[in-house]
Amino acid sequence: MSWITLALLISAGAGLTATAVAAIIRIVRGPTILDRMVASDVLLTTLMLAVGADMVARGHTDTIPLMTVIAATATLATIVVARFVKRRASSPPQEPVKETGHV
Amino acid sequence: MFDALLDLAAAVCVFLAAVLSVAAGVGLIRFPDALSRLHAATKPQIFGLLLTITAIALEQRSVATLLALVPVFVFQSLTAPVAAHMVGRAAYRTGQLSTEWLVVDELGPAIARSEQSCGRDAELGSEHQSEPLPDERDGHSEATDDTGR
Repeated sequence: MSWITLALLISAGAGLTATAVAAIIRIVRGPTILDRMVASDVLLTTLMLAVGADMVARGHTDTIPLMTVIAATATLATIVVARFVKRRASSPPQEPVKETGHV
Repeated sequence: MFDALLDLAAAVCVFLAAVLSVAAGVGLIRFPDALSRLHAATKPQIFGLLLTITAIALEQRSVATLLALVPVFVFQSLTAPVAAHMVGRAAYRTGQLSTEWLVVDELGPAIARSEQSCGRDAELGSEHQSEPLPDERDGHSEATDDTGR
């Protein structure tokens, strides 16, 4: 029973590593800043999953506050960058200056 | 025996979360535009985290740990849809999507209708106001006040 658990945890670690590498590749290669922000969001989620998998693998609960902080504040950078992209893109003169009311 | 079974269940939950995460990574690499990548990226944010939290709770088997894990999921489920919504909105507004892949676009006609009505209200409001207001909602409310007068 124990080697099955060990194999599952090792493959989970390999999958999380592959996801982090894919997110970093997308951050480097992303054509727009929105792609980079989506990839950095995935990187933070992967970090949170990796912290949780570490707690399961080693049987401790020391990093639950770290998970809480990441879950609460991971959104701020994405929201700020999305607003910045929207306002910068609505500034060219061929578009009307007025914004529409959809939120 | 029962403890070993619970440990195996925790390992299976971690493995499923990693599978979801790998799906997000593959989608990030292979999908063509920002909206598709956003669709792939938001998969492990809720369900993967829920599986990981379930795994921790199954592995620890204490109520205090479960109560400490509940705010993690609450915060993530409150903030992750907001971030995804803002990124999708900015991607649509700046045209970073491939329109030939869209099956139906309901947001474009809605934006066009809203811009038409807002432009009409702005014209009515500009008879009484010399300079345009910076915020659209202020302009809209002022314009409706002017037409109602």
